Amino acid sequence: MKLRTAFVLPSAILMAVTMLAPLAIIVVYSFLSRGAYGGVQLPWTLENFTRVWDPVYGFIILRSLWVAAVATALCLILGFPLALFIARSGPRKNFYLSLVILPFWTSFLIRTYAWMFILRDTGIVNSALQSVGFIRQPLPLLYNYGAVILGLVYGFLPFMVLPLYATLERLDPSLIEAAADLGARPWDTLVRVVLPLCAPGIRAGAILTFVPCLGTYLTSDLLGGSKTVLIGNVVQNQFTASRDWPFGAALSLALMAIAIGLLLAVRRRGEELL
Amino acid sequence: MASETVLELRGVSKEFSTHRAVADVSLQIPRGSFFSLLGPSGCGKTTILRMIAGFETPTAGEIWLNGECIDTLPPYRRNVNTVFQGYALFPHLNVQDNIEFGLRRKQAKDAAERVERVLEQVRLEGKASRRPSELSGGERQRVALARAIVLQPDVLLLDEPLSALDPLLRKQVRGELRDLQRRVDVTFLFVTHDQEEALSMSDQIAVMNAGALEQVGTPREIYAQPRTRFVAGFLGAMNWIGSAGLRPESVCITPQGRNAVVTGVVYLGSFCHVEMTLESGEAITAQISPVNPVGIGQTVCVSWNADDEVRC
Repeated sequence: MKLRTAFVLPSAILMAVTMLAPLAIIVVYSFLSRGAYGGVQLPWTLENFTRVWDPVYGFIILRSLWVAAVATALCLILGFPLALFIARSGPRKNFYLSLVILPFWTSFLIRTYAWMFILRDTGIVNSALQSVGFIRQPLPLLYNYGAVILGLVYGFLPFMVLPLYATLERLDPSLIEAAADLGARPWDTLVRVVLPLCAPGIRAGAILTFVPCLGTYLTSDLLGGSKTVLIGNVVQNQFTASRDWPFGAALSLALMAIAIGLLLAVRRRGEELL
Repeated sequence: MASETVLELRGVSKEFSTHRAVADVSLQIPRGSFFSLLGPSGCGKTTILRMIAGFETPTAGEIWLNGECIDTLPPYRRNVNTVFQGYALFPHLNVQDNIEFGLRRKQAKDAAERVERVLEQVRLEGKASRRPSELSGGERQRVALARAIVLQPDVLLLDEPLSALDPLLRKQVRGELRDLQRRVDVTFLFVTHDQEEALSMSDQIAVMNAGALEQVGTPREIYAQPRTRFVAGFLGAMNWIGSAGLRPESVCITPQGRNAVVTGVVYLGSFCHVEMTLESGEAITAQISPVNPVGIGQTVCVSWNADDEVRC
């Protein structure tokens, strides 16, 4: 066995077992019938996929796409200036980068719970505003789409900032000087030179943010409550309360197909994904 | 040349946190001239260029362009343009769009014609749709030139524009650049550390050392009448006999004169450098024709014309 094969083999096996095997199980389940107490049973059927076309689910998928798109756009708007700032901070770059990554040191679940403590009726924001006397009744900050999008932006901002930083950091500063030298005002320089040259970073960041936002279930479950149903929650529900594993499997495959379709759409000719 | 001044530096200094890059430099650059800033790397010449372009602010002094003090103007408001050392062409734009970039910012109406004309001037016809990555080094340099001169700046700032080219091409481009400057009639302020470049192309040269101006003059003046030892040594080899400087090409090996022992012979193609020691112990180098060889250890006689001695 060649050395490079030996090096690649462990991760290849791990990928096969942890990614391909569950995926294969999902594919198989999606063609089976539901068991009475969860699980699956014969006969084979296509009914799970015909049910995916029910407009009820179509609306939920559209809403999920919308929420993911808004969250991604906000991440880009917030992340770009941040990435630019870090890329221009000279020797303090690494310190700022580590601040961006710092939240990863605690669990996403705990951080999402922290947002609940901040946003709920008796949370930090509402009690502070009430004690100052700005409001009498607590503001409905939690359990709506605003809270879900806030949670998503908070959670996935680093995934936008890091690829943006990587491209901005490599950007030759003399190109920005050249633009100013040729008469471009700062805004023109940003639009005509900086943004086009970091298109690869923007694309990578958008994909890394959009795809997980599209399938989110934890954030919408905790911060959105029962009023905000996204496709991730529907899928989760099929495997728990509804005890319809085959349909949950079919829905998650549909979601995956949409994500791959969008990836192919934003891919530029002759360019690899990501 | 007694023409008017287009660009003037009045006592310009630039202090960085760690050192003083430019110290009290005053310069007047005549309109339409080819003016070189010559000096070793780190002497402050690029900092001067960057202050004129607006990328650095002087810590003291003033910069006047066309009778207007431009110190506080941002780069995009100054009618000067730069040819950057690495050219800084926009990689995502083709040649045409690179050259049009400045014209579009100024909303020039005749942009298309001007681009066409400048492409002709720099001999890049037919390359308008190429990306910078598809061009040779020399072509990129010409795009950078075209992108700047198409805006008809009051002064074109060139930051070592030939240093990225290979040596053979560099010599050829010298003449082309000089011709182009005359044709487009734009003032060139050319920064270089190569004394041959400066001597062969310039109307006037300002020699800099350690942030300060050493001497300003025509190439002939600077070479033949250097005012300081630094200028004398930087512009070419110099023998020091007592307090007199003597260029190797002024030293002849003659039948009569001062005795010298040959210590080395360096063959350089069209001529030879003969390294000798005088009886006084001083080293002297003569530049002679390689036709009449001398051998190491041989005692010869050297002489020179007293008019060729440089006192500084």
